[in-house]
Amino acid sequence: MVTASELLSVAAFDEGRHAQAFPTFGSERTGAPVVSFCRIDDKAIRTREPVSHPDAVIVQDPTLLHQVDLFGGLDPDGYILLNSERGFDELGMGEFISAFQPERVRTMPATAIAREHLGRPLPNSVLLGGFAGLCDLISLDAVTQALRDRFPGKLGDSNTAAATAACEHVRESLTGGVHA
Amino acid sequence: MLEQLEGSQAVARAVGMCRPEVIAAYPISPQTHIVEALSDMVRTSDIDPCEYMMVESEFAAMSACIGASAAGARAYTATASQGLLFMAEALYNASGLGLPIVMTLANRAIGAPINIWNDHSDSMSQRDSGWIQLFAETNQEAVDLHIQAFRLAEELSLPVMVCMDGFILTHAFEQVDLPSQDQVDDFLPSFKPRQMLDPAEPMTIGAMVGPEAFTEVKYLMHAKQLQALDAIPEIAADFTEGFGRESGGLVRSYRADDAETIVVALGSVLGTIEDVIDELREQGVKIGALAIKCFRPWPIDEVREALVDADRVIVIEKAFAVGAGGIVGQNVRLALSGCEPTVFDIVAGLGGRPITRKSLRSLFDEVFEGNIEPNRLHFLDLKKDVVEREIGRTENGRNPGPHAENILRDIGTVASDSH
Repeated sequence: MVTASELLSVAAFDEGRHAQAFPTFGSERTGAPVVSFCRIDDKAIRTREPVSHPDAVIVQDPTLLHQVDLFGGLDPDGYILLNSERGFDELGMGEFISAFQPERVRTMPATAIAREHLGRPLPNSVLLGGFAGLCDLISLDAVTQALRDRFPGKLGDSNTAAATAACEHVRESLTGGVHA
Repeated sequence: MLEQLEGSQAVARAVGMCRPEVIAAYPISPQTHIVEALSDMVRTSDIDPCEYMMVESEFAAMSACIGASAAGARAYTATASQGLLFMAEALYNASGLGLPIVMTLANRAIGAPINIWNDHSDSMSQRDSGWIQLFAETNQEAVDLHIQAFRLAEELSLPVMVCMDGFILTHAFEQVDLPSQDQVDDFLPSFKPRQMLDPAEPMTIGAMVGPEAFTEVKYLMHAKQLQALDAIPEIAADFTEGFGRESGGLVRSYRADDAETIVVALGSVLGTIEDVIDELREQGVKIGALAIKCFRPWPIDEVREALVDADRVIVIEKAFAVGAGGIVGQNVRLALSGCEPTVFDIVAGLGGRPITRKSLRSLFDEVFEGNIEPNRLHFLDLKKDVVEREIGRTENGRNPGPHAENILRDIGTVASDSH
């Protein structure tokens, strides 16, 4: 997740914008909940406080839904991208999600897409690609450029393929009007 | 070249361009990424010649730097928190011997209770160790200050500590304009030591000095530190000429010309403070800020000049003197003794608690409304109910147990709102 927000900031920087990404660090053990923030702006970003009113929330691990207040501070016109093979209704979030604009909220099987393209359950690149498909805050080109910079060679190719597939997946769901 | 990268990587690259000849360090969060990157740059000969010494402790790290510097090598280390405390004895030796070592301090709280997050307890604990202390507001400034620090250290033959907020800066990705090697080489001449251990020309550094001369040696230490008050602005001006941007110096004012209220702070929190000042300015509130860039030596004249025309000064600091009050606050009061402004001491951001715009706004409102006592230390966002419950438990029970564990049990969360 930390890597994802770092890559998102690099993608925004590549688009000529100002960006700031920073993680929270809890107890340093694998599996602990991790939150990472990214701010993107057209002017220099001075504040250092954690993001309390996000425009978008990307959830890598849906098991956190019942542990942490993931969507605190998110306005009804905000974006939600959640890694799950199930839809919001199946996850018991139907009523909560109905307050949001339908074309701005999606679940996607990011782990499965990652397995397919990377051979490993690492959904970062997939979620970034999906996010580029969900909103115009960042372009897919910038995301894939950031991925290629971070992961040279074949790893860059497969991560780019994963992000592109994810972007298409989300765009199809938007044009198809399917409330995935 | 403008790049989007982690603060630690940016600092490591800048230190590498300063061509250190000996790096001796022991990893400790949140400094680890810096020395990891440097050790890799030594391995790949991106820094060459350079000896990277993987020592067994921070005490050894500083001791190795002392030996290297005394032998005429440009020496660098980095640490944080308990690591700095473990170096304490050697810190005084480095400054007492006048050795121009440069160190990054990735500011972190000091335990107990153990806490890995940011505040300024570590640097403040060593404020009187004879090291120059510079504070970076951004990762750009952290990069720039390291380049200036080597030149400052070597011009004065004094050690310099560059303080940058742990995690908030060290682990933040943001854009940094990294200079070219040529630019750094033009700005920073090769190290010509004032004193050097050389087997061909044996001499002693570090002789025992008794009552007959100890005062005089210490007086000279003080006098030399005060010379830095002249050297730092000169070096900063030279830096601006060579690199085309302003960084460092002693203090920096923000929208303070006509300010009735001036907020004083050190380090990365100034960005958040400036955002709040802009909001308040839009509402017609005459408020500004003063960034302290150099805490040691204490720029007493510059601080007085910057603050003397204000009605009130709000000092926001990330450390305090237990049982006494503010530390930066005390220094500000010294600068303002006999002058008009009322000084408010606020401690904030301890152990990584976020300092938010919202909290700062309500703090300033409280000050304006006269609800904050000027001569008492005020804790920003203190959970009063938690403190009172624990005090009650202490008064009532015979064996109330440790505070930290009691409070964690009360709150029921571990580190979920930290940063």
